[in-house]
Amino acid sequence: MTRKFTASLTILFIASIIMLDSFNSDFNPYNAPAAFALGSGVQGGGAFCGELPD
Amino acid sequence: MRLVLLLAVVTLVAAVSLLVGFRYVLLIAVGVGFGLVLEGLRFGFAGPWRSMIVNRDPSGVLGHLLAIAFAAIIAIPLLEWRQGELTGAEAPIGFAMVAGAFCFGIAMQVVLACGSGTLVNAGSGNLVSIIALPFFAIGSFVGSYHLFWWTDLGSLPAYKFSGFSGLLITLVGLAIIAILFLRMSPKKYRKIPRRYIVAALLLAILASLNLVLAGQPWGVVYGLGLWVAKGVAATGFDLSSSIYWSASSSVERLQQGILTDYTSLTNIGIVLGAFFVSCWRRDGLSQKLPRLPIKGWLSAIISGFVLGYTARLAFGCNVGAFFSGISTGSLHGWIWFGAAFLGSIIGVKIRPSLGLVPKS
Repeated sequence: MTRKFTASLTILFIASIIMLDSFNSDFNPYNAPAAFALGSGVQGGGAFCGELPD
Repeated sequence: MRLVLLLAVVTLVAAVSLLVGFRYVLLIAVGVGFGLVLEGLRFGFAGPWRSMIVNRDPSGVLGHLLAIAFAAIIAIPLLEWRQGELTGAEAPIGFAMVAGAFCFGIAMQVVLACGSGTLVNAGSGNLVSIIALPFFAIGSFVGSYHLFWWTDLGSLPAYKFSGFSGLLITLVGLAIIAILFLRMSPKKYRKIPRRYIVAALLLAILASLNLVLAGQPWGVVYGLGLWVAKGVAATGFDLSSSIYWSASSSVERLQQGILTDYTSLTNIGIVLGAFFVSCWRRDGLSQKLPRLPIKGWLSAIISGFVLGYTARLAFGCNVGAFFSGISTGSLHGWIWFGAAFLGSIIGVKIRPSLGLVPKS
């Protein structure tokens, strides 16, 4: 077996996660934030590794 | 193959744009950029630290310090200018944070991959990283599940260096470490290869784009833990017993798709970018896989889990804590670097006995 097999497995793994997640999530592009957080005037809302949620 | 690959990327970008919005597409593109730079220019974190420890060759670590300095020159003034819209990678410093970074350093040298490195290596077909990646994600989830228990052991509040003085302190600190490493190394290694300088510059640009697009710095570990948390929640498991995952902000994120989570998007992009480079190289994916003994498989699984778990306790990995922490002025990034580097010294020593040095 070569790396082609394992790399393809990784892509399949990522694609499966996206597919499975999409069944449980509601997407609405009309709710999308501005393209750039900088200059949007909106408080950042994403999660980060250093965050301790309230 | 290359045409199929390009079409697949264009299709993904178009689908994400239509499904969730333009910011998220741009973040995937930034992630792909990280993958292209890290794999294309062979600019990792674990390998250069190993070279410094084993051969006293500081060139890669100097490349990291340069990348962080470039990123800090952009990020620290931006954070000062647009407080609220943009946030840095500040995190509290505590017993668990220091111990977490130390253990992360050990595991990182055992599997020779860090947070971003595991994703890059998995995308380029590295067997050890592919074994480690799912356990990295599980470790990240379990680590966040227990996070408050660990932080209750004692921690100081987050501290950051901000403004012009903060930038100056950061740059002087990076210069001092660079000088220390240079003094420890033989003369033949006292230079930074051009590809590391190019990679440092590109990484700093991409990290800055990540900051202005997402409003937060580049990170890896949170996204991996979120994937597992969503999977666990989807099976009906009650996450309310975890303070972390039952917090209102966490509950909200569990309900949203991963295509709207910033760290997930850049993680996906990193894997795609690395895969893209490997497919593009003539012999990128034709190498035979090494034969690992059972001990090697177990070492990869355990190390993967330890990487994820300890990165949560340490409030980030080499990306979220070291690169983004220091470049956005967080004190915890410096502490993380010291603890993880000490751990790496042990990791380098124990790796040969763990069955991960391939036979052929």
